[in-house]
Amino acid sequence: MEFLYYMGDVFTPINFGLLLLGTIGGLILGATPGLSPTMAVALLIPFTFQLEPQQGLILLGAAYTSTVAGGAVSAILLKIPGAPANIATTLDGHAMATKGEGAKALQLSFISSAVGGVFGVLLLIFLTPVLAQWALAFGPSHLFWLAILGVTVIGTLDSSSVVKGLLSGCIGLWLATIGFDDIMGAQRFIFHPAVSGGINVIPALIGLFAIPQVITMFTKGRSSDDAEIISVQKHPIRLAFVEVFKRKMALTIGTVTGSIIGLIPGVGGQIAGLVAYDQSKKFSKESEKFGTGHSEGVIAAESANNAMVGPSLVPLLTLSIPGSPTAAVLLGGLLIHGIFPGPDLFMNYPQVAWTFIDSMLIGQILMCIFGLYIAGFAANVARVPHAVMAAIVLGLAVFGSYSVQNSMGDVYVMATLGLAMYFLERFGFSAAPLVLGLILGPIAEANFIQGSMIANATVGTGTYFFTGWLNWFLILIVLASISYSIWMEIMSRRYTTKDDAVAKEEALS
Amino acid sequence: MTDLPRNQHIIASGLIAAIGVSIAYISFTQEPADAFIFPRLISSVFAVLAIWTFVKAILGRTKVGNGISGEAMRNMLPGLVVAIIYVYWAAKALGFYTATAIAFFALLSLYDPAPHSEMKSWVKRILITAGFMAVMYGLFALLLNVFTPREIFF
Repeated sequence: MEFLYYMGDVFTPINFGLLLLGTIGGLILGATPGLSPTMAVALLIPFTFQLEPQQGLILLGAAYTSTVAGGAVSAILLKIPGAPANIATTLDGHAMATKGEGAKALQLSFISSAVGGVFGVLLLIFLTPVLAQWALAFGPSHLFWLAILGVTVIGTLDSSSVVKGLLSGCIGLWLATIGFDDIMGAQRFIFHPAVSGGINVIPALIGLFAIPQVITMFTKGRSSDDAEIISVQKHPIRLAFVEVFKRKMALTIGTVTGSIIGLIPGVGGQIAGLVAYDQSKKFSKESEKFGTGHSEGVIAAESANNAMVGPSLVPLLTLSIPGSPTAAVLLGGLLIHGIFPGPDLFMNYPQVAWTFIDSMLIGQILMCIFGLYIAGFAANVARVPHAVMAAIVLGLAVFGSYSVQNSMGDVYVMATLGLAMYFLERFGFSAAPLVLGLILGPIAEANFIQGSMIANATVGTGTYFFTGWLNWFLILIVLASISYSIWMEIMSRRYTTKDDAVAKEEALS
Repeated sequence: MTDLPRNQHIIASGLIAAIGVSIAYISFTQEPADAFIFPRLISSVFAVLAIWTFVKAILGRTKVGNGISGEAMRNMLPGLVVAIIYVYWAAKALGFYTATAIAFFALLSLYDPAPHSEMKSWVKRILITAGFMAVMYGLFALLLNVFTPREIFF
């Protein structure tokens, strides 16, 4: 119950102010189509440089939580999902809005988001210390395999093509080796002065997530969405609470599905929402009403996409392995403050870790309260033309990258990686494994070298890296995730992939 | 799959395969060898997967990725040119704030759906640009104390 001890820290004026700022800002950003939670958090990182570590994390965590929930506003009122995680919400949410139940749909969405989110954060609170304790037993060989596992799992599950997913991971791992070698001090792949010190993670993250979105907005030309905001009529909030808790099956399916999916690295919120929606429909007594503006559809989808937020941070905080692109961005936020997550985090920086987790718990409730009040305003923000949004994001990306080290080199790295990522995405490559490779590369290499040294002095490399139940277990998961994905690909990819989600999103808008 | 995406896939995967093979070559030929153990490991996998993807593209068996349509290319090109000039030249040469203001206004003028013939829409674009620059100056110069290149302008 250590988390209760640090709960008071969330309510200091600065911390609570940042929590409010992150929550309200995140709700508005989340409602804006094209601004994904990962991109929003990446663009916010430069603003945390001058904050204390826990304050920076509170801001980023609040933004992460509320951008996921805020995406429901434009999904319901404009039929444009604010983020991929809200695709499933659009199916019934917008239908409810067109029937004059927009206010009810928004209320259901925020209440079920809060329920799912609180459950997810509680899971984070209770699972994290247990896993952290377990992770203390990890040696260099285990950490090496764990880093490889992080890249392969996200590479195989996040992408529609196993080979391209793994290839993206390899590109990320290679990018991580650019610069000076830590042990020998040798230069590696320094083909431009901008990368002589290696590739800085923050500008790389900003470029990889923001620039492809900017170019995508360019491809739409001078067209406008012409989306009409559906006006909402008042609906008593009490009835919305009653409705959410009356639909126990949808709420439970959404919350549990989201939490489980959150724990699996690489399977994002869009998958959580769609799987929960499908399962809820399957088990519902009124399955025929799904898609026509049925409250269960909204409840299942929204509780799922917020329930995955907390568990998605478990691997990051315990094993220093980010389980999702957003977790990778949060890792970047920790690294700039000199904090490296992992099993020692709760011993060395308990105040930072627990205050951050507690703030996410309180943030869920704030998100529910403010979400209901600023939905109308957020929907108006969602109508900002692509041109304005693209120019704003580009400007923020340039200034944000420069401010990391006051270096033009970082701006060039950001722009070059972003430009390359746009074209890679058009050919079926995914940003998530590349980012994971970039972040986990140094961890994998350091532990590989350290393990090799131990192995050379003791049992030999083969025995050291390939024996022991934990090594075997990790290797088995790596192989299983690759085999499963290949099998699914052979079986005509009969599972919900990111491409399916994108296809649904495109069909909706 | 039509010919256009197939050709695009061949070019894209060919480029990636070339990069993969080059990295593998550098990793296996550069000294000191100890510094390149990990890159050798990665680049071997990288090169094999990249060649695999290239062969699949040549055989027309690429399943994912829609390539870039002519219309998308035409739409993105002006914005891309403005963005590239802004990032790689103007930001440093003209100063961050001047270059950002020009690029922001240029992008609005290129992509804003409001008609170009109306005075009102130009005034709106100028006001949005001025507002954005004020926010950026407030955030980065005043709040975060980031000293950006000023160069010949500001």
